[in-house]
Amino acid sequence: MHLDHPVTMPQRHTHSAEPLSADGTRRALRVGLGGPVGSGKTASVAALCRTLRESWSIAVVTNDIYTREDAEYLLREAVLPPERITAVETGACPHTAIRDDISANLEAVEHLEETLHPLDLVLVESGGDNLTATFSKGLVDVQVFVIDVSSGDDIPRKGGPGITTADLLLVNKTDLAPHVGADLATMADDAKRQRGDLPVIFTSLTSDDGIREVADWVTAHLTEWHAKAAV
Amino acid sequence: MSRAALLLLADGRFPAGGHAHSGGVEAAIAHQAVHDTDSLEAFCRGRLHTTGLTMAGLAAAAAAGVDPLLLDDAADARTPAPALRAVARRLGRQMMRAARATFPSEDLERLAAERPQGAHQPLVLGLAARAAGLTPLDAAHAAAYENAGGPATAAVRLLSLDPLDASGLLARLSSETDAVATAAAQAADRVAAEGIDALPSASSPLLDITGEQHAAWSVRLFAS
Ligand SMILES: Nc1nc2c(ncn2[C@@H]2O[C@H](COP(=O)(O)OP(=O)(O)O)[C@@H](O)[C@H]2O)c(=O)[nH]1
Ligand SMILES: [Mg+2]
Repeated sequence: MHLDHPVTMPQRHTHSAEPLSADGTRRALRVGLGGPVGSGKTASVAALCRTLRESWSIAVVTNDIYTREDAEYLLREAVLPPERITAVETGACPHTAIRDDISANLEAVEHLEETLHPLDLVLVESGGDNLTATFSKGLVDVQVFVIDVSSGDDIPRKGGPGITTADLLLVNKTDLAPHVGADLATMADDAKRQRGDLPVIFTSLTSDDGIREVADWVTAHLTEWHAKAAV
Repeated sequence: MSRAALLLLADGRFPAGGHAHSGGVEAAIAHQAVHDTDSLEAFCRGRLHTTGLTMAGLAAAAAAGVDPLLLDDAADARTPAPALRAVARRLGRQMMRAARATFPSEDLERLAAERPQGAHQPLVLGLAARAAGLTPLDAAHAAAYENAGGPATAAVRLLSLDPLDASGLLARLSSETDAVATAAAQAADRVAAEGIDALPSASSPLLDITGEQHAAWSVRLFAS
């Protein structure tokens, strides 16, 4: 359960910012995907797995509001073998499970790391919540916040911790923009104002290779993670 | 001994995984046994005097320094439903993580090494209380309170009950909670002379049955 050696570091029970476990092996990079229900988190996870699974060893933790919906979708789509996908139950409070009390998620991540060693990447999908839900740094190393154009092009302007602080903001479903009258330029300006230099990527996951830029962003983090672990 | 440490340990916000568990109330709601504040109060009272008393005894004994491995076997003997044993160990593992970080102690490290898959949650709670310098009675209070408080909070979410009604019912249960904690601590005190069987073994068969069924549901909001 605990990767840390109890004698040398009895007080550490999470690993944020530490690319190495206490036994000196590299642990997986943990990437959180949060954002409102229906914005495309599961679609992003599925597309990332399809794009990156040949190059990296990947596992997924889902936090369904009702258990197993997302996990079952990923299984049905066969993006990864079943032993690489774990569903965590959140007691009707998906944001609690990724932020305030991360025990069950940490257990799921560590279990995957133990059984699938060595893992390169664990994607943790949140249960879908409001605009304030962010991941604890004790659970993930970097986080992606996923919104979509059809929920209103004023969402980036409204801000909130997910929009303003996530390491990457995804604005998904750009293919729907003409149909819902969403103004992508305004969304980009608002996002820039809220986020400063933090990156924003516009995606349409229904188009071929729509995940490419996001996959490149994850790959860059993975490469950096490996470099840190090698020092 | 610090009062504040007890409050921290008993706080529902203590990050030990409890928020994802309903203490059986999700299944009771599905069977319409719990549907309003009165039926919730009856449920919490029943749980408090059965499972609650048993768990409080285990917590108090662990806090008193009784061998945790003996207590772990005693907890297994008092938890006949396999699904609820698994839940108790999972919650014990999560409590262990939180306790080791919050109240580091050699007792906790030793039990973590001896039971890497998790010991029953009440004894880990008891050892955490011991590490925090609390008494067996304090540990019993924390366990007893959690046994009624957990289902009450879960029911507020599941039934959209008025949260003020839920805190009212917990307040009405407070003298009974105290009595359960006292009885549990006294039993723990007798373990030295009478052995582990002095600990309470009250059970709630319906919770065992519905707990086992709940674990097989494909759609649920709470893990137990
Ligand atoms: N048109 C369009 N639909 C999308 C896109 N991405 C996801 N969807 C659809 O939006 C719905 C919700 O996506 P999902 O990934 O399950 O959202 P989640 O709740 O955030 O996990 C599904 O029906 C997806 O097929 C996109 O880029 N364009
Ligand atoms: Mg999803």
